[in-house]
Amino acid sequence: MNKLSLVGLLGLVIRRDLLLAMRRRADVLTTLIFFVMVVSLFPLGVGPEPEMLRKMAAGVVWVAALLSSMLSLPRMFSADYLDGTLEQMMLAPQSLTVLVLGKIAAHWMLSGLPLALIAPVLGLQFDMSAQALGMLVLALLLGTPILSMIGTIGAALTLGLRGGGVLVSLLVLPLCIPVLIFGAGAVEAVTTGMSVASNLAFLGALMLFALVFTPFVAAQALKISME
Amino acid sequence: MAINWFKYSAPTTFYGLAGKLIPVFAWPAAILFAIGLYIGFFVAPTDAVQSEAYRIMFIHVPASILSMFVYLIMAGYAALGLIFKTRLSSMMAQALAPTGALFAFISLWTGALWGKPMWGAWWVWDARLTSELILLFLYLGFIALQASIDDPRRADKASALLAIVGSVNVPIIYFSVKWWNTLHQGSTIKFSGTSMHISMQQAMFAVLVACWLYAIAVSLARVRSIILEREANTQWVNDLPEVRSVER
Repeated sequence: MNKLSLVGLLGLVIRRDLLLAMRRRADVLTTLIFFVMVVSLFPLGVGPEPEMLRKMAAGVVWVAALLSSMLSLPRMFSADYLDGTLEQMMLAPQSLTVLVLGKIAAHWMLSGLPLALIAPVLGLQFDMSAQALGMLVLALLLGTPILSMIGTIGAALTLGLRGGGVLVSLLVLPLCIPVLIFGAGAVEAVTTGMSVASNLAFLGALMLFALVFTPFVAAQALKISME
Repeated sequence: MAINWFKYSAPTTFYGLAGKLIPVFAWPAAILFAIGLYIGFFVAPTDAVQSEAYRIMFIHVPASILSMFVYLIMAGYAALGLIFKTRLSSMMAQALAPTGALFAFISLWTGALWGKPMWGAWWVWDARLTSELILLFLYLGFIALQASIDDPRRADKASALLAIVGSVNVPIIYFSVKWWNTLHQGSTIKFSGTSMHISMQQAMFAVLVACWLYAIAVSLARVRSIILEREANTQWVNDLPEVRSVER
């Protein structure tokens, strides 16, 4: 066990979390259904004019993605925390940062990736063009990992607190605003015929920045919460 | 003779020092508020473009500056507390947060009151307004996290980490909002670069310093309460004359 390499550890954590999620598929599906519902509610609220719907589509999908990724955050560590697994993981000689990175990757595969894949179908409800749909998927693929990464810090900080679910949204949502702006901006740039390069570059930069720092910060947050 | 620089980093000694310092900051704050607001409201000339409505700036601008400044100071204290495990630093961070949130709120409120006669709207999605609103959200998140953790040590550390993450994020948020705004509608509001009348500068400066001193005085008062609350079951708190008089 001591010979486990960092990449091996990463794979192990991801595989474990995915396996656990497969055993409880309902959790993943509820998040996805929530996403579909929120997006579908907007036309009912603002009216069915295709002109307006096309204009607000990117923003609606992004805000819904933001909200539904918040929904699954409290579950990220809580089961492991309650049955004591998390404590054992932290006692392990391997790097906690890498372990957290694996958790983040698994969380993204279970929350961000399905959202990005189902988003084009929802985009059709809003009469989006093919190019805009493609850009929406690309922007979501770039942006949702950032939501998972920032969200992990919030999930680690609020571990085991009463009312943690609402609190985590309160902490994380303001920090996610840049992702929302650039993600929706990229789609908007396609529809208005402007260059998308800057928006995508910013999203990519934010993702790399988050990738470097958030696993470490979230690991520190876990240590604080577990003392 | 060696000076003990860390004498006042202990809550026990700082409690007394803070009590002595509060009037030192509070009285000048009150006097400067009076002077600054008097000059601002009665002496400063009427603005050519904005007439009398501009006078709310004498509250709005200092509050905005302080709201951002206090966040930095708060994050700094929180980081000190996290790194060096000095309890007092964390208490100072906790004491500063409500003051910062108050300034952010005043800044938004007076901004809305100023915006209505000037721009014809209570609220516009200007980059500065939006980032001030987000700053208020960050303060509220810090306060909420601190309030929902019962163990004060964990509360201090967790909120410190949040404050540090927030302060790294503030410039990113500011520039992304600014960029978003120019992308959507172009900057519709520009402040004319006309030089201010000297009495306006005086009033603004007086209120700014007053707000600053007020923030210090109020946080010191608050940190005293926090010290009392956290050390409630220690002997030195029970020996304090003010505590004993209450108990009798």
